[in-house]
Amino acid sequence: MRVLIPGVAGGLARQVAARLLRLGHEVIGIDPRRFWDVPDGLELYPVDVRKRAAEDVFRKRRPDAVVHMATVTSLQVQGDERDRINLGGTRAVFDHCRTYGVKQVVFVGRHTFYGAAPDAALYHTEEEPPLALASFPALADLVAADLYAATSLWRDPSMRTSVLRMVYTLGPALHGTLGAFLRGRVVPIVLGYDPLFQFLHEQDAVSAIVLALEKQLRGLYNVAGLQPLPLSLIIRESGRTALPLPEFLLERVLGHGGLPGLPPGALSHLKFPIVVDGRRFREETGFAPTRDEVQTLHDIQLPR
Amino acid sequence: MDRLELPFNALGMDPWGVSRGHLKLFYGLLEPLYRQYFRVKSLGVSNVPPRGRAMLVGNHSGGIAMDGAMVIASMFFDQEPPRLVQGMAEKFMNALPFAAPLSWRVGQFTGLPEHALQLLQDERLLMVFPEGARGTAKLYKERYSLVDFGTGFMRLALQTRTPIIPFGFLGGGAAIPTVANLYKVGKLLGLPYLPVTPWVLPVPLPVEMEVHYGTPLHFEGTGDEDDSVIQRYVEQVKAAVAGLIEGARTERHARKHPGEQAR
Repeated sequence: MRVLIPGVAGGLARQVAARLLRLGHEVIGIDPRRFWDVPDGLELYPVDVRKRAAEDVFRKRRPDAVVHMATVTSLQVQGDERDRINLGGTRAVFDHCRTYGVKQVVFVGRHTFYGAAPDAALYHTEEEPPLALASFPALADLVAADLYAATSLWRDPSMRTSVLRMVYTLGPALHGTLGAFLRGRVVPIVLGYDPLFQFLHEQDAVSAIVLALEKQLRGLYNVAGLQPLPLSLIIRESGRTALPLPEFLLERVLGHGGLPGLPPGALSHLKFPIVVDGRRFREETGFAPTRDEVQTLHDIQLPR
Repeated sequence: MDRLELPFNALGMDPWGVSRGHLKLFYGLLEPLYRQYFRVKSLGVSNVPPRGRAMLVGNHSGGIAMDGAMVIASMFFDQEPPRLVQGMAEKFMNALPFAAPLSWRVGQFTGLPEHALQLLQDERLLMVFPEGARGTAKLYKERYSLVDFGTGFMRLALQTRTPIIPFGFLGGGAAIPTVANLYKVGKLLGLPYLPVTPWVLPVPLPVEMEVHYGTPLHFEGTGDEDDSVIQRYVEQVKAAVAGLIEGARTERHARKHPGEQAR
Protein backbone atom coordinates (compact mmCIF):
# COMPACT_ATOMS: atom_id res chain seq x y z
CA MET A 1 0.00 0.00 0.00
CA ARG A 2 1.22 3.51 -0.77
CA VAL A 3 0.62 5.68 2.30
CA LEU A 4 1.05 9.44 2.48
CA ILE A 5 1.60 11.08 5.84
CA PRO A 6 1.13 14.84 6.06
CA GLY A 7 2.88 16.09 9.20
CA VAL A 8 5.46 13.31 9.11
CA ALA A 9 8.03 15.33 11.11
CA GLY A 10 5.99 14.96 14.29
CA GLY A 11 7.27 12.67 17.02
CA LEU A 12 4.54 10.09 16.63
CA ALA A 13 4.21 10.48 12.86
CA ARG A 14 7.88 9.57 12.33
CA GLN A 15 7.30 6.35 14.22
CA VAL A 16 4.18 5.57 12.21
CA ALA A 17 6.22 6.08 9.03
CA ALA A 18 8.99 3.83 10.29
CA ARG A 19 6.54 1.10 11.30
CA LEU A 20 4.72 1.19 7.96
CA LEU A 21 8.04 1.00 6.12
CA ARG A 22 9.03 -2.00 8.23
CA LEU A 23 5.73 -3.64 7.34
CA GLY A 24 6.66 -3.29 3.67
CA HIS A 25 4.45 -0.34 2.71
CA GLU A 26 5.58 2.50 0.53
CA VAL A 27 5.58 5.68 2.63
CA ILE A 28 5.55 9.28 1.45
CA GLY A 29 5.91 12.12 3.93
CA ILE A 30 4.98 15.78 3.64
CA ASP A 31 6.24 18.30 6.18
CA PRO A 32 7.98 21.68 5.86
CA ARG A 33 9.62 21.23 9.28
CA ARG A 34 13.23 20.12 9.29
CA PHE A 35 13.98 16.98 11.24
CA TRP A 36 16.77 14.52 11.64
CA ASP A 37 16.45 10.74 11.97
CA VAL A 38 14.38 10.51 8.78
CA PRO A 39 13.29 6.86 8.62
CA ASP A 40 15.17 4.88 5.95
CA GLY A 41 13.13 4.54 2.81
CA LEU A 42 10.82 7.48 3.52
CA GLU A 43 10.09 9.55 0.44
CA LEU A 44 10.08 13.03 1.97
CA TYR A 45 8.70 16.24 0.50
CA PRO A 46 9.56 19.30 2.60
CA VAL A 47 6.46 21.26 1.57
CA ASP A 48 3.49 22.82 3.31
CA VAL A 49 0.35 20.75 2.92
CA ARG A 50 -1.62 23.88 2.07
CA LYS A 51 0.66 24.79 -0.85
CA ARG A 52 0.53 23.84 -4.49
CA ALA A 53 3.62 21.65 -4.18
CA ALA A 54 1.76 19.38 -1.76
CA GLU A 55 -1.06 18.89 -4.21
CA ASP A 56 1.54 17.92 -6.78
CA VAL A 57 2.66 15.12 -4.51
CA PHE A 58 -0.92 13.82 -4.37
CA ARG A 59 -1.29 14.10 -8.13
CA LYS A 60 2.00 12.53 -9.07
CA ARG A 61 2.25 9.86 -6.40
CA ARG A 62 -1.47 8.90 -6.11
CA PRO A 63 -1.40 7.42 -2.60
CA ASP A 64 -3.86 4.65 -1.68
CA ALA A 65 -4.19 5.87 1.87
CA VAL A 66 -3.47 9.05 3.84
CA VAL A 67 -2.69 9.28 7.55
CA HIS A 68 -3.33 12.92 8.37
CA MET A 69 -1.07 13.95 11.24
CA ALA A 70 -0.47 17.59 10.30
CA THR A 71 -2.36 19.17 13.16
CA VAL A 72 -0.66 21.08 15.95
CA THR A 73 -1.59 21.99 19.50
CA SER A 74 -1.47 25.41 21.10
CA LEU A 75 1.76 24.29 22.80
CA GLN A 76 3.52 24.13 19.43
CA VAL A 77 2.06 27.00 17.43
CA GLN A 78 0.23 30.09 18.66
CA GLY A 79 -2.39 32.35 17.18
CA ASP A 80 -3.91 32.46 13.73
CA GLU A 81 -1.19 30.33 12.20
CA ARG A 82 -2.35 27.34 14.26
CA ASP A 83 -5.85 27.92 13.03
CA ARG A 84 -4.64 27.95 9.44
CA ILE A 85 -2.60 24.78 9.87
CA ASN A 86 -5.29 22.83 11.65
CA LEU A 87 -8.32 23.84 9.66
CA GLY A 88 -6.85 25.03 6.38
CA GLY A 89 -4.48 22.09 6.32
CA THR A 90 -7.16 19.53 7.12
CA ARG A 91 -9.40 20.95 4.45
CA ALA A 92 -6.58 20.81 1.89
CA VAL A 93 -5.77 17.20 2.77
CA PHE A 94 -9.38 16.05 2.38
CA ASP A 95 -9.82 18.05 -0.84
CA HIS A 96 -6.75 16.41 -2.37
CA CYS A 97 -7.80 12.99 -1.15
CA ARG A 98 -11.12 13.39 -2.93
CA THR A 99 -9.61 14.84 -6.10
CA TYR A 100 -6.89 12.22 -6.45
CA GLY A 101 -8.91 9.15 -5.55
CA VAL A 102 -7.46 8.26 -2.16
CA LYS A 103 -9.37 5.25 -0.89
CA GLN A 104 -8.73 5.62 2.81
CA VAL A 105 -8.01 8.50 5.20
CA VAL A 106 -7.08 8.22 8.85
CA PHE A 107 -7.40 11.52 10.71
CA VAL A 108 -5.29 11.32 13.85
CA GLY A 109 -7.08 13.54 16.35
CA ARG A 110 -7.00 13.96 20.07
CA HIS A 111 -9.20 12.89 22.97
CA THR A 112 -9.06 16.46 24.30
CA PHE A 113 -11.81 16.99 21.69
CA TYR A 114 -14.32 16.26 24.47
CA GLY A 115 -13.04 18.98 26.81
CA ALA A 116 -12.85 18.97 30.60
CA ALA A 117 -15.68 20.16 32.79
CA PRO A 118 -16.75 19.46 36.38
CA ASP A 119 -20.19 18.26 35.32
CA ALA A 120 -19.03 15.92 32.55
CA ALA A 121 -19.41 12.16 32.79
CA LEU A 122 -16.17 10.20 33.02
CA TYR A 123 -16.14 7.86 30.04
CA HIS A 124 -16.86 9.83 26.87
CA THR A 125 -18.29 7.90 23.96
CA GLU A 126 -17.86 8.82 20.31
CA GLU A 127 -21.42 10.17 20.11
CA GLU A 128 -20.77 13.02 22.53
CA PRO A 129 -20.27 16.63 21.45
CA PRO A 130 -17.27 18.68 22.63
CA LEU A 131 -17.70 20.42 26.00
CA ALA A 132 -16.47 23.55 27.71
CA LEU A 133 -14.95 25.04 24.57
CA ALA A 134 -15.53 28.55 25.87
CA SER A 135 -13.12 27.95 28.75
CA PHE A 136 -10.33 26.70 26.46
CA PRO A 137 -10.50 28.72 23.22
CA ALA A 138 -7.08 27.53 22.07
CA LEU A 139 -8.63 24.09 21.54
CA ALA A 140 -11.35 25.30 19.19
CA ASP A 141 -9.44 24.84 15.93
CA LEU A 142 -8.52 21.24 16.77
CA VAL A 143 -12.13 20.49 17.63
CA ALA A 144 -13.20 22.11 14.37
CA ALA A 145 -10.61 20.08 12.43
CA ASP A 146 -11.92 16.87 14.03
CA LEU A 147 -15.52 17.73 13.17
CA TYR A 148 -14.53 18.79 9.66
CA ALA A 149 -12.70 15.51 9.10
CA ALA A 150 -15.82 13.68 10.26
CA THR A 151 -17.96 15.43 7.63
CA SER A 152 -16.01 13.46 5.05
CA LEU A 153 -17.98 10.42 6.22
CA TRP A 154 -21.13 11.74 4.57
CA ARG A 155 -19.58 14.01 1.94
CA ASP A 156 -17.44 11.28 0.44
CA PRO A 157 -19.06 8.00 1.42
CA SER A 158 -16.91 6.08 -1.05
CA MET A 159 -13.74 7.15 0.78
CA ARG A 160 -13.16 5.25 4.01
CA THR A 161 -12.54 7.93 6.63
CA SER A 162 -11.70 7.20 10.23
CA VAL A 163 -11.32 9.86 12.87
CA LEU A 164 -9.18 8.63 15.76
CA ARG A 165 -9.47 10.51 19.02
CA MET A 166 -6.29 9.33 20.65
CA VAL A 167 -5.38 9.74 24.28
CA TYR A 168 -2.04 11.29 25.22
CA THR A 169 0.97 9.29 24.10
CA LEU A 170 4.05 8.76 26.23
CA GLY A 171 7.43 7.41 25.31
CA PRO A 172 11.07 7.88 26.27
CA ALA A 173 11.46 10.95 24.01
CA LEU A 174 8.50 12.68 25.74
CA HIS A 175 6.89 13.91 22.54
CA GLY A 176 3.35 15.19 22.72
CA THR A 177 1.34 17.28 25.13
CA LEU A 178 1.55 15.14 28.26
CA GLY A 179 5.17 14.25 27.53
CA ALA A 180 6.11 17.92 27.29
CA PHE A 181 4.29 18.60 30.54
CA LEU A 182 6.26 15.85 32.28
CA ARG A 183 9.64 16.88 30.93
CA GLY A 184 10.98 18.38 34.14
CA ARG A 185 11.69 16.73 37.45
CA VAL A 186 9.15 18.96 39.19
CA VAL A 187 5.67 18.97 37.69
CA PRO A 188 3.16 21.63 38.77
CA ILE A 189 -0.42 20.60 39.55
CA VAL A 190 -3.46 22.58 40.69
CA LEU A 191 -3.81 22.45 44.47
CA GLY A 192 -6.99 20.65 45.46
CA TYR A 193 -7.43 18.80 42.16
CA ASP A 194 -6.11 15.52 40.82
CA PRO A 195 -7.82 14.57 37.57
CA LEU A 196 -7.55 11.20 35.89
CA PHE A 197 -5.33 11.14 32.81
CA GLN A 198 -5.37 8.58 30.05
CA PHE A 199 -2.32 7.72 28.02
CA LEU A 200 -0.88 5.11 25.71
CA HIS A 201 2.69 4.07 25.12
CA GLU A 202 3.73 5.65 21.83
CA GLN A 203 4.52 2.24 20.33
CA ASP A 204 0.96 1.16 21.09
CA ALA A 205 -0.35 4.42 19.63
CA VAL A 206 1.58 3.62 16.44
CA SER A 207 0.04 0.13 16.42
CA ALA A 208 -3.43 1.65 16.78
CA ILE A 209 -2.93 3.93 13.78
CA VAL A 210 -1.56 1.06 11.69
CA LEU A 211 -4.53 -1.10 12.76
CA ALA A 212 -6.96 1.62 11.66
CA LEU A 213 -5.32 1.43 8.22
CA GLU A 214 -5.19 -2.35 8.05
CA LYS A 215 -8.76 -2.85 9.23
CA GLN A 216 -9.98 -0.13 6.85
CA LEU A 217 -11.98 1.54 9.59
CA ARG A 218 -14.75 3.95 8.80
CA GLY A 219 -16.21 6.19 11.51
CA LEU A 220 -15.29 7.88 14.78
CA TYR A 221 -13.13 6.05 17.27
CA ASN A 222 -11.73 6.81 20.69
CA VAL A 223 -8.35 5.16 21.10
CA ALA A 224 -7.39 4.50 24.70
CA GLY A 225 -5.21 2.24 26.77
CA LEU A 226 -6.28 0.09 29.67
CA GLN A 227 -7.27 2.55 32.36
CA PRO A 228 -6.75 6.15 33.45
CA LEU A 229 -4.60 7.20 36.42
CA PRO A 230 -4.61 10.31 38.62
CA LEU A 231 -2.09 12.91 37.52
CA SER A 232 -0.34 12.84 40.90
CA LEU A 233 0.23 9.11 40.57
CA ILE A 234 1.56 9.50 37.02
CA ILE A 235 4.04 12.07 38.31
CA ARG A 236 5.10 9.93 41.26
CA GLU A 237 5.35 6.64 39.37
CA SER A 238 7.50 8.25 36.69
CA GLY A 239 10.00 9.40 39.30
CA ARG A 240 8.98 13.05 39.38
CA THR A 241 7.75 15.36 42.10
CA ALA A 242 4.36 17.04 42.03
CA LEU A 243 4.28 20.70 43.02
CA PRO A 244 0.72 21.60 44.04
CA LEU A 245 0.08 25.32 43.66
CA PRO A 246 -3.10 27.34 44.04
CA GLU A 247 -4.65 28.06 40.68
CA PHE A 248 -3.98 31.83 40.69
CA LEU A 249 -0.31 31.25 41.49
CA LEU A 250 0.08 28.42 39.02
CA GLU A 251 -1.19 30.63 36.20
CA ARG A 252 1.63 33.07 36.91
CA VAL A 253 4.53 30.64 37.29
CA LEU A 254 3.79 28.30 34.37
CA GLY A 255 6.41 28.68 31.69
CA HIS A 256 8.94 30.18 34.12
CA GLY A 257 11.85 28.70 36.07
CA GLY A 258 11.88 25.43 34.17
CA LEU A 259 8.16 24.76 34.65
CA PRO A 260 6.21 23.78 31.54
CA GLY A 261 4.08 26.43 29.82
CA LEU A 262 0.41 25.99 29.08
CA PRO A 263 -2.01 27.93 26.86
CA PRO A 264 -4.81 29.94 28.49
CA GLY A 265 -7.68 27.73 29.56
CA ALA A 266 -5.54 24.61 29.76
CA LEU A 267 -5.73 24.65 33.55
CA SER A 268 -9.19 23.11 33.27
CA HIS A 269 -7.40 20.02 31.94
CA LEU A 270 -5.38 19.93 35.17
CA LYS A 271 -8.54 20.16 37.26
CA PHE A 272 -11.03 17.87 35.57
CA PRO A 273 -10.54 14.58 33.75
CA ILE A 274 -10.90 13.81 30.06
CA VAL A 275 -11.38 10.07 29.87
CA VAL A 276 -12.69 8.26 26.84
CA ASP A 277 -14.34 4.93 26.30
CA GLY A 278 -12.14 3.06 23.83
CA ARG A 279 -14.26 -0.06 23.57
CA ARG A 280 -15.52 0.49 20.02
CA PHE A 281 -11.99 0.69 18.62
CA ARG A 282 -10.82 -2.32 20.62
CA GLU A 283 -13.80 -4.42 19.55
CA GLU A 284 -13.51 -3.58 15.86
CA THR A 285 -9.76 -3.88 15.53
CA GLY A 286 -8.75 -6.26 18.31
CA PHE A 287 -6.38 -3.56 19.55
CA ALA A 288 -4.61 -4.61 22.75
CA PRO A 289 -1.86 -2.38 24.13
CA THR A 290 1.35 -4.29 24.69
CA ARG A 291 2.38 -2.06 27.59
CA ASP A 292 0.12 -1.27 30.51
CA GLU A 293 0.09 2.04 32.40
CA VAL A 294 2.76 0.96 34.84
CA GLN A 295 5.19 -0.21 32.15
CA THR A 296 4.59 2.97 30.16
CA LEU A 297 5.40 5.12 33.17
CA HIS A 298 8.54 3.10 33.86
CA ASP A 299 9.58 3.83 30.29
CA ILE A 300 9.62 7.58 30.99
CA GLN A 301 11.06 7.27 34.48
CA LEU A 302 13.73 9.73 35.53
CA PRO A 303 16.72 8.35 37.40
CA ARG A 304 16.04 8.80 41.11
CA MET B 1 -9.83 -4.63 52.20
CA ASP B 2 -8.43 -7.58 50.24
CA ARG B 3 -11.87 -9.18 49.97
CA LEU B 4 -13.28 -6.12 48.23
CA GLU B 5 -13.98 -7.40 44.70
CA LEU B 6 -12.79 -4.50 42.57
CA PRO B 7 -10.51 -4.72 39.52
CA PHE B 8 -7.51 -2.87 40.97
CA ASN B 9 -4.37 -2.65 38.83
CA ALA B 10 -0.79 -2.99 40.04
CA LEU B 11 -0.94 0.56 41.42
CA GLY B 12 -4.14 -0.15 43.34
CA MET B 13 -6.39 1.85 41.00
CA ASP B 14 -9.59 0.60 39.39
CA PRO B 15 -10.70 1.74 35.90
CA TRP B 16 -12.79 4.50 37.47
CA GLY B 17 -9.96 6.02 39.47
CA VAL B 18 -11.03 4.43 42.74
CA SER B 19 -7.94 3.89 44.84
CA ARG B 20 -7.30 1.04 47.24
CA GLY B 21 -5.13 3.26 49.42
CA HIS B 22 -7.76 5.95 49.69
CA LEU B 23 -10.49 3.41 50.39
CA LYS B 24 -8.43 1.95 53.21
CA LEU B 25 -8.09 5.38 54.81
CA PHE B 26 -11.75 6.17 54.19
CA TYR B 27 -13.04 2.98 55.81
CA GLY B 28 -10.54 3.56 58.62
CA LEU B 29 -12.20 6.92 59.29
CA LEU B 30 -15.70 5.51 58.95
CA GLU B 31 -15.17 2.58 61.31
CA PRO B 32 -15.16 4.52 64.63
CA LEU B 33 -18.12 6.59 63.44
CA TYR B 34 -20.00 3.49 62.38
CA ARG B 35 -19.19 1.28 65.34
CA GLN B 36 -18.67 3.63 68.28
CA TYR B 37 -20.00 7.12 67.61
CA PHE B 38 -23.31 6.36 65.89
CA ARG B 39 -23.40 2.65 66.88
CA VAL B 40 -25.16 1.91 63.61
CA LYS B 41 -27.42 -1.13 63.47
CA SER B 42 -27.62 -2.66 60.00
CA LEU B 43 -30.57 -4.97 59.53
CA GLY B 44 -31.49 -7.07 56.52
CA VAL B 45 -28.00 -6.85 55.02
CA SER B 46 -28.51 -10.28 53.43
CA ASN B 47 -31.11 -8.67 51.14
CA VAL B 48 -28.26 -7.02 49.26
CA PRO B 49 -26.78 -9.34 46.61
CA PRO B 50 -23.13 -10.18 47.35
CA ARG B 51 -22.10 -9.35 43.77
CA GLY B 52 -23.56 -8.07 40.52
CA ARG B 53 -25.40 -4.86 39.76
CA ALA B 54 -27.85 -3.57 42.32
CA MET B 55 -29.31 -0.28 43.46
CA LEU B 56 -29.76 0.72 47.09
CA VAL B 57 -32.60 3.23 47.22
CA GLY B 58 -33.48 4.98 50.45
CA ASN B 59 -34.41 8.08 52.36
CA HIS B 60 -32.20 10.98 53.31
CA SER B 61 -31.83 11.52 57.02
CA GLY B 62 -29.91 14.47 58.42
CA GLY B 63 -28.60 17.73 57.02
CA ILE B 64 -25.23 16.41 55.90
CA ALA B 65 -24.60 13.14 54.11
CA MET B 66 -23.93 10.99 57.21
CA ASP B 67 -26.66 8.62 56.01
CA GLY B 68 -24.76 7.87 52.82
CA ALA B 69 -21.48 7.42 54.69
CA MET B 70 -23.08 4.96 57.11
CA VAL B 71 -24.69 2.94 54.31
CA ILE B 72 -21.25 2.76 52.68
CA ALA B 73 -19.81 1.61 56.02
CA SER B 74 -22.53 -0.98 56.60
CA MET B 75 -21.89 -2.63 53.22
CA PHE B 76 -18.19 -2.78 53.99
CA PHE B 77 -18.24 -3.87 57.63
CA ASP B 78 -21.37 -6.02 57.71
CA GLN B 79 -21.76 -7.42 54.18
CA GLU B 80 -20.09 -10.69 53.16
CA PRO B 81 -17.95 -10.23 51.08
CA PRO B 82 -17.64 -6.48 51.68
CA ARG B 83 -18.90 -4.30 48.83
CA LEU B 84 -18.08 -0.81 47.72
CA VAL B 85 -21.23 1.29 47.66
CA GLN B 86 -21.05 4.02 45.05
CA GLY B 87 -23.16 7.05 45.78
CA MET B 88 -24.32 9.57 43.26
CA ALA B 89 -23.07 12.87 44.67
CA GLU B 90 -24.66 16.23 44.07
CA LYS B 91 -23.15 18.03 41.10
CA PHE B 92 -21.67 20.81 43.22
CA MET B 93 -19.33 18.23 44.83
CA ASN B 94 -17.23 17.71 41.74
CA ALA B 95 -16.29 21.37 41.47
CA LEU B 96 -15.09 21.62 45.09
CA PRO B 97 -11.31 21.55 45.41
CA PHE B 98 -9.94 18.78 47.69
CA ALA B 99 -13.39 17.23 48.19
CA ALA B 100 -13.82 16.42 44.51
CA PRO B 101 -10.69 14.28 43.99
CA LEU B 102 -11.05 12.64 47.41
CA SER B 103 -14.67 11.63 46.95
CA TRP B 104 -13.75 10.37 43.51
CA ARG B 105 -10.94 8.13 44.86
CA VAL B 106 -13.38 6.44 47.22
CA GLY B 107 -15.91 5.77 44.48
CA GLN B 108 -18.36 8.60 45.08
CA PHE B 109 -18.99 10.18 41.68
CA THR B 110 -21.17 12.97 40.37
CA GLY B 111 -24.78 11.93 40.09
CA LEU B 112 -25.03 11.83 36.32
CA PRO B 113 -27.23 9.31 34.52
CA GLU B 114 -24.20 8.33 32.40
CA HIS B 115 -22.24 7.40 35.52
CA ALA B 116 -25.11 5.41 36.99
CA LEU B 117 -25.63 3.54 33.75
CA GLN B 118 -21.95 2.70 33.26
CA LEU B 119 -21.46 1.67 36.88
CA LEU B 120 -24.44 -0.69 36.71
CA GLN B 121 -23.14 -2.14 33.44
CA ASP B 122 -19.89 -2.68 35.35
CA GLU B 123 -21.89 -4.72 37.93
CA ARG B 124 -21.36 -2.20 40.73
CA LEU B 125 -23.52 -1.44 43.77
CA LEU B 126 -25.14 1.96 43.43
CA MET B 127 -26.66 4.04 46.22
CA VAL B 128 -29.44 6.42 45.26
CA PHE B 129 -31.28 8.96 47.37
CA PRO B 130 -34.16 9.88 45.07
CA GLU B 131 -35.13 12.74 47.35
CA GLY B 132 -31.95 14.53 46.30
CA ALA B 133 -30.78 17.66 48.11
CA ARG B 134 -34.41 18.37 49.07
CA GLY B 135 -34.13 15.24 51.20
CA THR B 136 -31.11 16.35 53.22
CA ALA B 137 -32.75 19.76 53.65
CA LYS B 138 -35.56 18.19 55.73
CA LEU B 139 -35.96 19.90 59.09
CA TYR B 140 -35.94 18.03 62.42
CA LYS B 141 -39.72 17.90 62.65
CA GLU B 142 -39.89 16.42 59.13
CA ARG B 143 -37.30 13.75 59.82
CA TYR B 144 -39.52 10.71 59.26
CA SER B 145 -41.28 12.10 56.21
CA LEU B 146 -40.28 11.59 52.59
CA VAL B 147 -40.24 14.33 49.99
CA ASP B 148 -40.97 13.56 46.33
CA PHE B 149 -38.81 10.90 44.73
CA GLY B 150 -37.06 11.63 41.45
CA THR B 151 -37.83 9.08 38.75
CA GLY B 152 -34.52 8.80 36.91
CA PHE B 153 -33.35 5.86 39.00
CA MET B 154 -36.38 3.79 37.97
CA ARG B 155 -35.78 4.25 34.25
CA LEU B 156 -32.15 3.24 34.77
CA ALA B 157 -33.14 0.19 36.82
CA LEU B 158 -35.56 -0.93 34.10
CA GLN B 159 -33.08 -0.25 31.32
CA THR B 160 -30.33 -2.25 33.01
CA ARG B 161 -32.59 -4.84 34.71
CA THR B 162 -31.17 -3.90 38.07
CA PRO B 163 -32.79 -5.07 41.31
CA ILE B 164 -33.70 -2.28 43.72
CA ILE B 165 -33.03 -2.83 47.40
CA PRO B 166 -35.06 -0.30 49.38
CA PHE B 167 -33.62 0.90 52.65
CA GLY B 168 -34.88 3.01 55.50
CA PHE B 169 -32.41 5.14 57.41
CA LEU B 170 -33.15 6.39 60.93
CA GLY B 171 -31.25 8.63 63.29
CA GLY B 172 -29.69 11.17 60.95
CA GLY B 173 -32.41 13.70 61.70
CA ALA B 174 -31.80 13.37 65.43
CA ALA B 175 -28.01 13.48 65.06
CA ILE B 176 -28.15 16.70 63.07
CA PRO B 177 -31.47 18.30 64.02
CA THR B 178 -31.78 21.01 61.39
CA VAL B 179 -33.79 24.01 62.56
CA ALA B 180 -33.17 26.07 59.45
CA ASN B 181 -31.25 25.99 56.20
CA LEU B 182 -29.26 28.99 55.03
CA TYR B 183 -29.49 28.99 51.27
CA LYS B 184 -27.69 32.26 50.58
CA VAL B 185 -24.72 31.50 52.86
CA GLY B 186 -24.51 28.05 51.29
CA LYS B 187 -24.37 29.55 47.84
CA LEU B 188 -21.40 31.67 48.87
CA LEU B 189 -19.61 28.50 49.98
CA GLY B 190 -20.48 26.65 46.78
CA LEU B 191 -23.01 24.42 48.59
CA PRO B 192 -26.75 24.06 47.93
CA TYR B 193 -27.45 25.32 51.49
CA LEU B 194 -25.93 25.37 54.98
CA PRO B 195 -27.92 23.52 57.65
CA VAL B 196 -28.21 25.21 61.07
CA THR B 197 -28.63 23.19 64.25
CA PRO B 198 -29.55 24.44 67.76
CA TRP B 199 -25.77 24.60 68.36
CA VAL B 200 -25.38 26.42 65.03
CA LEU B 201 -22.78 24.19 63.35
CA PRO B 202 -23.92 21.02 61.56
CA VAL B 203 -21.85 18.75 63.81
CA PRO B 204 -23.71 15.49 64.43
CA LEU B 205 -24.57 14.25 67.94
CA PRO B 206 -23.62 10.69 68.88
CA VAL B 207 -27.13 9.39 68.24
CA GLU B 208 -27.75 5.73 67.46
CA MET B 209 -28.54 5.17 63.82
CA GLU B 210 -30.28 2.31 62.07
CA VAL B 211 -30.35 1.19 58.48
CA HIS B 212 -32.94 -1.37 57.42
CA TYR B 213 -32.54 -3.10 54.08
CA GLY B 214 -35.73 -4.50 52.57
CA THR B 215 -36.26 -7.37 50.16
CA PRO B 216 -35.16 -6.64 46.57
CA LEU B 217 -37.77 -5.24 44.20
CA HIS B 218 -37.67 -6.32 40.58
CA PHE B 219 -39.45 -4.30 37.91
CA GLU B 220 -39.95 -5.46 34.34
CA GLY B 221 -39.67 -3.01 31.46
CA THR B 222 -37.36 -1.16 29.11
CA GLY B 223 -37.08 2.25 30.77
CA ASP B 224 -39.02 3.88 27.92
CA GLU B 225 -42.41 3.57 29.63
CA ASP B 226 -44.83 6.44 30.10
CA ASP B 227 -44.26 8.77 33.03
CA SER B 228 -47.42 7.46 34.68
CA VAL B 229 -46.09 3.89 34.65
CA ILE B 230 -42.69 4.97 35.96
CA GLN B 231 -44.37 7.09 38.63
CA ARG B 232 -46.40 4.07 39.77
CA TYR B 233 -43.23 1.97 40.12
CA VAL B 234 -41.46 4.79 41.95
CA GLU B 235 -44.40 5.02 44.37
CA GLN B 236 -43.96 1.32 45.11
CA VAL B 237 -40.33 1.91 46.02
CA LYS B 238 -41.26 4.96 48.08
CA ALA B 239 -43.91 2.92 49.90
CA ALA B 240 -41.34 0.21 50.59
CA VAL B 241 -38.91 2.79 52.04
CA ALA B 242 -41.71 4.39 54.10
CA GLY B 243 -42.72 0.92 55.31
CA LEU B 244 -39.15 0.16 56.44
CA ILE B 245 -38.98 3.47 58.34
CA GLU B 246 -42.36 2.88 59.98
CA GLY B 247 -41.50 -0.71 60.87
CA ALA B 248 -38.24 0.42 62.41
CA ARG B 249 -39.95 3.16 64.43
CA THR B 250 -42.56 0.75 65.76
CA GLU B 251 -39.86 -1.72 66.70
CA ARG B 252 -37.79 0.96 68.36
CA HIS B 253 -40.77 2.28 70.26
CA ALA B 254 -41.68 -1.21 71.46
CA ARG B 255 -38.10 -1.70 72.59
CA LYS B 256 -38.03 1.54 74.56
CA HIS B 257 -41.58 1.38 75.90
CA PRO B 258 -42.49 -2.29 76.27
CA GLY B 259 -46.25 -2.92 76.48
CA GLU B 260 -47.21 0.43 74.89
CA GLN B 261 -48.61 1.04 71.39
CA ALA B 262 -46.50 3.07 68.99
CA ARG B 263 -47.78 6.57 68.32
